Amino acid sequence: MRQALEGSQAIAQAVSRCRPGVVAAYPITPQTHIVENISKLVADGDLKTELVSVESEFSAASVVLGSACAGSRSYTASSSQGIMLMSEVLYNISGLRVPVVLTCANRAVGAPLSIWNDHQDSMAVRDSGWIQLYCVDNQEAVDTTIQAFRISEETEIPVMVCMDGFILTHTLEVVDIPDQALVDKYLPPFAFKRILDPKQPISIGTLVAPDFFAEVRHSQHQAMLKSEKAIIEADRDWKKLTRRGYGGLLSEKGPKDAKVGVMTLGSIGGTLAEALDTQPPRRKTKLINLRCFRPLPVAAIQKACEGLTDLIVAERAISPGLGGIVGNEIRAALAGMKKAPKVHNVAVGLGGRDVPLETLNDLVDWAKTAPDTSFSVFDAKLDKLPKEDR
Amino acid sequence: MNAKHADRLAELRAKFDRPPSWKDDPKEDKERQTIRERQPRFRGLEAGHRACQGCGEALAARLVTEAAGPDVILTNATGCLEVFTTPWPQSAWRVPWMHSLFENSAAIASGVEAAMKAQGKSTKVIAMGGDGGTFDIGFQALSGMLERDHDVLYVCYDNEAYMNTGIQRSGSTPHAAMTTTSPPGKERMGKRHLKKDLLSIIAAHHIPYAASASVAYPRDVTRKVRRALSIEGPTFLLIHCPCPLGWGHDGARTIEVARLAVQTGLFPLVELERGAITGVMPIRDQKPITDYLGLQNRFRHLFAKNDHRAEEEREHLQAIADYNIAIYGLAADGDDPLDSEGADTVHRCAIVP
Repeated sequence: MRQALEGSQAIAQAVSRCRPGVVAAYPITPQTHIVENISKLVADGDLKTELVSVESEFSAASVVLGSACAGSRSYTASSSQGIMLMSEVLYNISGLRVPVVLTCANRAVGAPLSIWNDHQDSMAVRDSGWIQLYCVDNQEAVDTTIQAFRISEETEIPVMVCMDGFILTHTLEVVDIPDQALVDKYLPPFAFKRILDPKQPISIGTLVAPDFFAEVRHSQHQAMLKSEKAIIEADRDWKKLTRRGYGGLLSEKGPKDAKVGVMTLGSIGGTLAEALDTQPPRRKTKLINLRCFRPLPVAAIQKACEGLTDLIVAERAISPGLGGIVGNEIRAALAGMKKAPKVHNVAVGLGGRDVPLETLNDLVDWAKTAPDTSFSVFDAKLDKLPKEDR
Repeated sequence: MNAKHADRLAELRAKFDRPPSWKDDPKEDKERQTIRERQPRFRGLEAGHRACQGCGEALAARLVTEAAGPDVILTNATGCLEVFTTPWPQSAWRVPWMHSLFENSAAIASGVEAAMKAQGKSTKVIAMGGDGGTFDIGFQALSGMLERDHDVLYVCYDNEAYMNTGIQRSGSTPHAAMTTTSPPGKERMGKRHLKKDLLSIIAAHHIPYAASASVAYPRDVTRKVRRALSIEGPTFLLIHCPCPLGWGHDGARTIEVARLAVQTGLFPLVELERGAITGVMPIRDQKPITDYLGLQNRFRHLFAKNDHRAEEEREHLQAIADYNIAIYGLAADGDDPLDSEGADTVHRCAIVP
């Protein structure tokens, strides 16, 4: 049913359609409205779930790990400092290969304290072994949340659905919340096998010595690589049911013969898509929206970059002392190509800095002269800084 | 056996298609079994794990799982118990068991319990941790679990230091005890601070049942486990478990050392319901604390000759013991037919020189 909903409200509705047995969450801006809306659904009797209002994000992640291991579909959501506090448990969930879905309402990580959007939080846990899917708009966030449960349960890898804080979570948009019957048709009941059951007792989370640890990590890596297929299929099957798909791992927009590409993650893709329609750069430019960041879909990225001479990676995070996180990964991913484009890397929109429509043209102009190893915080106003910090 | 017990037995029989022990296994040669092995009791923690000789924690965990029976799910904080029972690909547990991290045993248990509720199951959940995972790093998760009223029994195996990492002081380490991070020296006499009064803090959550127990009194341990599991809601059990390696005593004297901790008044055995004291194990013949301290290397510096600090600290510890006895009303004299103290004492004179 199409309704005007706030992003967080829409996510709460989508989660409830997935019939989670246990939801555990701790409030943090800008994820709060998701927890609040789920709590209201529970209070009104519209969602039958065990809602555990924990005392920290650390316990939120621990509770959903425990409940999934005890055989219930489990969901949690967080942001920023909350994701950092969870990080120890996030590695545990993926290392134990337990299906869990988490919404990350992306927000900057302090200090300095900022409640506004960037991707530093999810980027900080990119190596935690979670699948990471980034959403452009609220409809995609709704659909991806439902897909995430299926992907996670099929692959036994936890999935983090990343949606930009405020920009998506607090924006009222018309979204289609799929009917319960449709979701039931798409998402089978939770059937995780390795659970805590007194009838068939197993030990979960044992001590693994050096003679087995490397093999565990190898198999985890292989499972992540293989999960690309599940991600593509989940999106394809969803499209069959709803006529809405998001290109599986990534999507492209713009002329096929473009020489310049701009790659982004999350809602910035929506902004630049609008810019491409309303104020297209003079040089033919196409947009690549990287939906799936973990696993990093190297083959799909290479294919999308074929024919490009320049690729601009515009990301909402930074690794101080290195530069871009996504940008450098893309450089590595393209290294095997016969004619790899030059990769120009910028961070934009850090800590909630607005990314206006003009950004697209500005980026394309900048890339004309920028050396290919470049990195800059593109929208930093250097005159605000003392000379020695510029 | 009353009707309620018969029903429960029938329910358990229906639920578990295997007998409660392996004694019916025809492959077992009954003639060669010890008396203990012939006893038809459920063993949640099997023999053959890698605990040190005389490990108090291993004994306590065995008692807890024996008393709890097969219809439980255990969560375990990182620590000795987790390490010595589950070196992959082996496991000593015959009940579903899960370890995640050091500080989240209570939160994992909260999740397991929520899932049991969601699925309409009655399986009991027991969270376990050492004193490091309970008094210190896992305290927040534990407090949250108690406040949210999860139907979980939390068992803390209290051996009074971080033993798994090599004997570092914890919030539970007694005053003046030597650990690797509270060594005695010219400027220090072991741990400077007091043992955290965790039981009172737990009781302040006004949970239905919180108690302390000691491995020296196994029947008391199992009784308290059963009592706790019969209650719906959060319950807590603090079990004093000597660590021969960390405390520096002979592995054969674990029970003796544990018993002296109770008999001196240094580790009072009490039961609290909704924060009120409802039971204590009385002390009929209070032993001087030096009887207890003298058996352990961790208090060796308190017996240094010509050191007034040693004398002061001994007096200090004696005062703590006397205080415990006074506030919990532990002192008793004469025979009391209802007093169970010593009823299950296992004498091992043949082993201990």
